[in-house]
Amino acid sequence: MRAEMLLRLSRATLLTLVLVGVASFLPAVQAADEATPVADDPVLEARVMDLSYKLRCLVCQNESIAESRAPLALDLRNQVREQFAAGKSEKDVVDFLVARYGDFVLYTPPFKATTVLLWIGPGLLLIAGAGWLLLRLRTRAREEGPHLTDAERARARALLEGAPADSEEQHS
Amino acid sequence: MKAKFLVPLVLFLALAGFLGYGLTLNPGVVPSPLVGKPAPDFRLAKLDTPEEQFGVADMRGQVWLLNVWASWCVSCRQEHPILVELNRGGVIPVIGLNYKDERKDALGYLRDHGNPYAVTVADPDGRVGIDYGVYGTPETFLIDREGMIRYKHIGPITRDTVKNVLLPKIAELSRAG
Repeated sequence: MRAEMLLRLSRATLLTLVLVGVASFLPAVQAADEATPVADDPVLEARVMDLSYKLRCLVCQNESIAESRAPLALDLRNQVREQFAAGKSEKDVVDFLVARYGDFVLYTPPFKATTVLLWIGPGLLLIAGAGWLLLRLRTRAREEGPHLTDAERARARALLEGAPADSEEQHS
Repeated sequence: MKAKFLVPLVLFLALAGFLGYGLTLNPGVVPSPLVGKPAPDFRLAKLDTPEEQFGVADMRGQVWLLNVWASWCVSCRQEHPILVELNRGGVIPVIGLNYKDERKDALGYLRDHGNPYAVTVADPDGRVGIDYGVYGTPETFLIDREGMIRYKHIGPITRDTVKNVLLPKIAELSRAG
């Protein structure tokens, strides 16, 4: 029994070790496969990657051009790198890409007439919802309690004050 | 206000309407900001005679199509016969932009499938492709006499596209001016 448990335990450990080993290998394998050109200057490369994460790859639309392995993403990253190296500002590079691919390349859409609703819509909804709630609460507070006839009021009082037998009956 | 209970239903139907419309849209088609703008200039070597160059300026005064294709592109094979037909009809000159391709493969492809292009230029590193906002072959641009892009078709051209979209637009552009 005990030996069996030990065996199981060691098997699990072995499996974990293997998995960790494989996992640690993966990035290296990927990097070798991609063989992406990287700028010698780490500061420049950081800027390139920083901007690349904000740009959508148009081939695989849910990935940025930093993450995507589509050839187009690679080309666009190279464009960004080249233009940065040539001394262009981030705005220049973004303008360059937007002129060619449209606002869709940006993960953060610009604020303009067609996107106003997109930007302020959630805020408007929140304000409208809060306003509605406030209105409801106020009217409810102003509403009077239920109207009782004198007879009903007297019965209620009788129930509350006396008649312990009745209340006990209700409890049981 | 007896109909008050209908409010959630109406809201739901409106939402369902919007979502239903959304389902009919193709997210793969991204409208190009270049439509209505001058076609980006290029000077590229011709595919068959690399010592000669060709550019947008050479097509000034003509209504023409710029078709972005590659021998490795599967859906290009789908539209290729349509282009060959279009060329046979002589309606419009088609210029090929051979995108990120090997010269040998591209020439072989044209030999095997027919050559519908008045001229094909080679864009081996895809730089001109980026200038045209190309993100997937095939893509086709309709360019007018002044060198303005008037229409962009993303994906393979079909007979329907030619008949219902391209030909009317070409007729209109040829009449104007």
